[in-house]
Amino acid sequence: MSTRERPLSPHLQVYRWQITMTMSILHRVSGVVLTFGTFALAWWLMAVAAGGEAYRDAAECLASPLGQVALFGFSLALVYHLLNGIRHLLWDAGWGFEIPEFYASGWTVAILTVVLTALVWVAVLGGGA
Amino acid sequence: MSNVSASKERRDLRTPLARARGLGSGKAGTDHFWVQRVTAIALALLVPWLVGLLVSMVGAELGAVREVLARPWNAVLLAGFAVAAFWHAKLGIQVIIEDYVHVRWAEVTLQIINLLACALGALASLYAIGRIALLG
Repeated sequence: MSTRERPLSPHLQVYRWQITMTMSILHRVSGVVLTFGTFALAWWLMAVAAGGEAYRDAAECLASPLGQVALFGFSLALVYHLLNGIRHLLWDAGWGFEIPEFYASGWTVAILTVVLTALVWVAVLGGGA
Repeated sequence: MSNVSASKERRDLRTPLARARGLGSGKAGTDHFWVQRVTAIALALLVPWLVGLLVSMVGAELGAVREVLARPWNAVLLAGFAVAAFWHAKLGIQVIIEDYVHVRWAEVTLQIINLLACALGALASLYAIGRIALLG
């Protein structure tokens, strides 16, 4: 029996953009960013434990422009993944499965991510909460 | 396609149950899902606390940082965070590898690296926290 080309299910390009698709892929992307961030936290804890030059190097690295950009990226990914993760947990509990609710919760997470990340950095740049 | 599998089934005299046996444990089927959710709940509780703790230490000297991290509840909750975060990360990265890497040897290699790296990260964190908390 010959194997003929099976029709494939339509892929991303045939769909009109919806916030839900962006939220979904960003959850995965932010998860990868946070994995690196968690390793950075472990590295920083090791530097604190080692003290001396190791801690100075780590503190210098985090205070550098590149370090600050990385920290900002981690904080943004953390706030987003936390809020959207709560959205996922509510779905797991059976809540919010109407289409308008998907969009409403998606926009809520998007706006709160910007607001809360900004608040964290106001506290950081204000010299610690 | 269906004809091929039908003819295979005819040659195979085992029952459907016998064919399914050994292909994976039904008992472990929801384990990944469940642990991912439980660690997610733990992290949802711990992350706001951790962010507050880290922000409070911005610009602090080494001695002050150690003093904060060595406080009993800080050390315990931070250790809990490290375990939950690396476990959650391992589960998430595992799924990403399963989804996108379709070359078997590369997939297995990446899965092993993922597991070992996350275990190493968690162990290093716990060691560092223990050392800071107990030795100052």
